[in-house]
Amino acid sequence: MDLSNSAAELAFRDQLRAWLEANHSGQAPVGEDGGFAFAREWQRRLADAGWAGVDWPVEYGGRGATVTQSAIFYAELARARAPLPANTLGLLLGGPTLMMWGTAEQKERYLPPILTADEIWCQGFSEPGAGSDLAGLKTQAVFDEDAEEWIVTGQKVWTSGAHVSKWCMLLARTDPDAEKHRGLTYFLMDMEQDAVEVRPLVQITGEAPFNELFIDAARIPAANVVGGVGNGWTVALTTLMNERAGLAFFVQVHLRQMLDELFDAAAARGLLDDPLVADRLGALHVQCEVLRLTSYRGLAGLERHGQPGPEGSLAKLMWSQCSQQATQLAIDLLGPEALATDSRWSFELLRSRGNSIEGGTSEILKSIVAERVLGLPRGRNS
Amino acid sequence: MNFGFTDEQREIKDTARSLLWRRRAFEQARAGFQLALWEELRVLGWPGVAVGAEYGGGGLGIVELTILAEELGYALAAVPLLASAAAAAVIERAGSPEQRARWLPGLADGSFRGALGLDSESLVADAPEADVVVAVHEGAAWVIAEPVVEVVEAIDPTRGYGRVAGERVPLPGDPSPGTDIAAVLLAAELVGVCQCALDTTVAYVKERKQFDAPVGSFQAVSHRCAEMLLLTEGSRSAAYAGAWAADADPTGLPEAASLAKAAASEAGREVTAAAIQLHGGIGFTWEADLHWLYKRAQLDASLLGSPRVHRARLAAIVAARRGANQLVEAR
Repeated sequence: MDLSNSAAELAFRDQLRAWLEANHSGQAPVGEDGGFAFAREWQRRLADAGWAGVDWPVEYGGRGATVTQSAIFYAELARARAPLPANTLGLLLGGPTLMMWGTAEQKERYLPPILTADEIWCQGFSEPGAGSDLAGLKTQAVFDEDAEEWIVTGQKVWTSGAHVSKWCMLLARTDPDAEKHRGLTYFLMDMEQDAVEVRPLVQITGEAPFNELFIDAARIPAANVVGGVGNGWTVALTTLMNERAGLAFFVQVHLRQMLDELFDAAAARGLLDDPLVADRLGALHVQCEVLRLTSYRGLAGLERHGQPGPEGSLAKLMWSQCSQQATQLAIDLLGPEALATDSRWSFELLRSRGNSIEGGTSEILKSIVAERVLGLPRGRNS
Repeated sequence: MNFGFTDEQREIKDTARSLLWRRRAFEQARAGFQLALWEELRVLGWPGVAVGAEYGGGGLGIVELTILAEELGYALAAVPLLASAAAAAVIERAGSPEQRARWLPGLADGSFRGALGLDSESLVADAPEADVVVAVHEGAAWVIAEPVVEVVEAIDPTRGYGRVAGERVPLPGDPSPGTDIAAVLLAAELVGVCQCALDTTVAYVKERKQFDAPVGSFQAVSHRCAEMLLLTEGSRSAAYAGAWAADADPTGLPEAASLAKAAASEAGREVTAAAIQLHGGIGFTWEADLHWLYKRAQLDASLLGSPRVHRARLAAIVAARRGANQLVEAR
């Protein structure tokens, strides 16, 4: 056990810190809507300096960072108050999925523009009728032998960044007669076609970073199947498992910053002398640190087995609880002023409600932990 | 940052787990202090594992001692090993050369049994079996060489408790590092108690059937099991970090120790309570054995600072760090 950073990790961190200080002003636009152009420019700058695909292998244009270095990268990004790269879904989900399942041609064609943010990616998994029960999705793909194209019809929802995306990681049913997990195929769908309509969905924050997709006979060339026809569920799991690895370190540093600001705000109002306030802040500090330590503990397993395991679900659960409690405490301490729409706390409060839903609801994560970590019998309805 | 155990540490853990299982420590604990087990652990050198080799100890770290603490908690062993080790930790770090020479060899080889208590709490764990008690109050500590113990029957009969009087000789040094180590040891014991409660409960809800299905297939049950795991693993992270700080990061120890104690105390209370709940009626019976875990967790959580005390300390540490305008070290 050695909880200090190794000399190599420190060197990596210091090199990154120096680069971030020189290249990021610390002033990113607040909120999710206005930030896209900024984040795209930001990713290009990262890519030019070789930081965009930090955990990608060198052969694909990445930096070949270890799991721990990758965690440091996302933590440092948040620490510098820099935004996530515009094409985070491509970098964290699409790229790694292609590296594992894609053909040589697909890797050559699609990976470079992910790194440079020239082509933005979105994820077309969830549907109005298929959320936690993802394998029950109904979007259909039928093969047109003459054109050697798949014709896709259906509807997708919660599609972050669809309005700016070139490619959609689309999961669709190609064999309606097969068992529900076996009849699925993973496609790369070109978003720039009339058959795909993107309608913004306004979140409770008032912003619209995600969308609905209405797909009416969209065309996908046969060459855009990833991992083989009928193998979509397995390929999709690769994507889903990768979802929680890197981002966790970004969002928990953001949470730490929020908590530190809350300590500052409480101190400025003389509230820290109130033992009840100190107790609640102390409790949040405990949760936040336990989350950080447990995430790093999870890395040891990730490095041993090469793939993120279901233990990542634990950290996600801890994070969403802590984030929601922190924002609610902020409102409690700072009073109605914090609920003005131009207060950062009102945005954080509202945004945090999504934390226990996005990337797997807390309920489905607990089921995953119960079944895959504790080995409890599957629920009758799950 | 690497949480992995060395091969030696893993071996210590496995050896401890299997030895305590073979000695049926859990069943024996119901009768209170297990003298035979204590004698066996003495011979194996457990009490002095982290005491310096110059005093006859094992010269290993607090991480190794913490591993034993977790396993002693898992087995609910009724031996005053952690109390002895805690007393030794304070004397080794705060005692004069004469005091260290007088007490540490005996505490290390187990010929003396020690205990550690805070004056603010009055109740001292393992005091009835102790040959020497270390008392701590607001940054000062004393050795009580001939403790006069008023035995107190607490809800946890697997361990002796008492109020301690007797002549006090001050320790010249700062007792905080030693008491912080003691808090980490209690946290680790709580992690073991949590793990035992969780394992017992998971096994039960896989077996127990109602409505023609194992009750563990119902989400109201399985989700609470998931929450038990979350609390157990979270407090394990904090306990290991506390142990590592004791060995390698003295300036970070106060925060790491309070973090471990606060997290593990809350987890211990909740996880053992959930174990009783998820067993249903049988869980509330004396014979179901869950109450031993619940009671030990309640005592451990309250001793050496309740979670409230440690949260207040943490809030003060963070506020001071912010006030000093130091940027929080990015991790």
